[in-house]
Amino acid sequence: MHVKNLTKRYDGKTVVNSVSFAIPKGKVISLIGPNGAGKSTVMGIISRLIARDGGTVDFEGSDIGKWKSRELSKRLAILTQTNNIQMKLTVRELVTFGRFPYSGGRTTAEDQEIIDRAISYMELGAFEDQFIDELSGGQRQRAYIAMVIAQDTEYVLLDEPTNNLDIYHATNMMKIVRRLCDELGKTVILVLHEINYAAFYSDYICAFKDGRIARFGTVKEVMTKENLSQVYGVDFEIMEIAGRPLSIYY
Amino acid sequence: MAVIKKHLTTIVLFALLLVLAVWSLFIGVLDVELSGLLQGDREHLEVFLISRLPRLLAILCTGTGMSVAGLIMQQLCMNKFVSPTTGATISSAQFGILLALLFMPNSTLWGRAIFSFAFAVLGTWIFVWFIQRIQFKDVVMVPLVGIMFGNVIGGITNYLAYKYEMTQALSTWLVGHFSMVLRGRYEIVWLTVPLVALAFLFANHFNIVGMGKDFSQNLGVPYNFVLFLGLTIAAMITASVVVVVGSISYIGLIVPNLVAMFKGDKIRGTLIDTALFGALFVLVCDMVGRMVIFPYEMPIELIVGIIGSVLFVALLLYRLGHGRKAIRLSRKGGDVA
Repeated sequence: MHVKNLTKRYDGKTVVNSVSFAIPKGKVISLIGPNGAGKSTVMGIISRLIARDGGTVDFEGSDIGKWKSRELSKRLAILTQTNNIQMKLTVRELVTFGRFPYSGGRTTAEDQEIIDRAISYMELGAFEDQFIDELSGGQRQRAYIAMVIAQDTEYVLLDEPTNNLDIYHATNMMKIVRRLCDELGKTVILVLHEINYAAFYSDYICAFKDGRIARFGTVKEVMTKENLSQVYGVDFEIMEIAGRPLSIYY
Repeated sequence: MAVIKKHLTTIVLFALLLVLAVWSLFIGVLDVELSGLLQGDREHLEVFLISRLPRLLAILCTGTGMSVAGLIMQQLCMNKFVSPTTGATISSAQFGILLALLFMPNSTLWGRAIFSFAFAVLGTWIFVWFIQRIQFKDVVMVPLVGIMFGNVIGGITNYLAYKYEMTQALSTWLVGHFSMVLRGRYEIVWLTVPLVALAFLFANHFNIVGMGKDFSQNLGVPYNFVLFLGLTIAAMITASVVVVVGSISYIGLIVPNLVAMFKGDKIRGTLIDTALFGALFVLVCDMVGRMVIFPYEMPIELIVGIIGSVLFVALLLYRLGHGRKAIRLSRKGGDVA
């Protein structure tokens, strides 16, 4: 996926300003940055949820706008924040929606198998007949990830997947993200607020500031004192823990 | 066995509906007896075919249609309190009928129906466009706005009716009743059958759109198209009921909510039960209305209003006490947590 000169304006205010980057395949890429830096908007644009004002998003050889929505949904899955959905669906019914781009309303035996696998991969077997609005935040988030797994896409985009989760569930979510990439070979792009999660669990980091990309590179390249201080406007210290550069800010 | 257990509620509802439906055919001022029908008694047969059977069919279509319309609207608007009554659909349909009466005094039932369809669809679209523009934080605001919008339209309808001395003619459509349902002048209500079938076909689409715009786009479902298709179906079902029997409130609100408490929100799983329960609800209300002051009868709207409001309050109290927790009929393996 190549992004060139992406621009987006809201009411005359430019929130994304000629952003260009290329997404490396089969890696975990985290988009970080302060509030309003444009990272979620970029995520929305590259997943066709938000219309852009300028620039191109090249996905597998043709522009994202030229893709049939249904075809695209077999290649690219996007999960935005889900905690406001108040729908009484069971975990299994939710995961079944992941097969919708393939079979519409009629699931085949093969679909059922894929759904079974997605549910057990997310260790949701015991909850599969429970309603999602009765689950804990962590379980519900896992149910949505199971749906994305059933959707069986090469690219998985997650908008703040650790939002509203406690440390235990958030860390588990990041481990799941890692497994999506390492075990299932997916390209995972996520918007994160926790810099250290990004540093510990991703391969690449794309740091945004004021609608532009401040730094894009491997974790080691981006996670420096100077870069982070410049992006966030506070003082940083970088420490090496478990071979990873983690940050302390104050 | 497993199949029977899984569809137990559906089977029970269907059986109950069947028994009551047959019983209802033999309630009325003129005696109609099964023996008479079987012997080919002309008088019995005529009452049966001209009045009793059409009435039953109209009741079944009304109950099914209104509850399915409510179900669709609640899903698409992501709000449990939206229904043809609280979504301005019924009042728009009535407004359409009034305009037809004003501008085409000689219009047939079909002419009025077309006006009613057009306005019901338009009114519902405007309402939903409005609530989507203004994102309400509080879910109760949505039906309140709908009720206000509906009353504004109702006010205009009443004003015009007064001005052109149409109140008498209009009252038939303001208070729902089945006593005017006779062969040859109720068949429009059959339209609910293909419309409900269409709703069943798109059930999964409606579910997905009910999960939000981002969610549907992720799965490649065209959000706006499905939203407007669903609202159009719901509005047309409502209009075809309003044209024939008049306004019947509450059903579209209460029936889908009650069924969802037991069966969840997956439309494919609840649509048939919702339809059956809606038909049963209206049938019972109608039978009560016919028997309470026999040989006279009370309009269905009155009975539904009384039973419906009690149920609605009970529903609200339950929601307050238990949140959105579902009622489980059978304990399944999933209750470990």
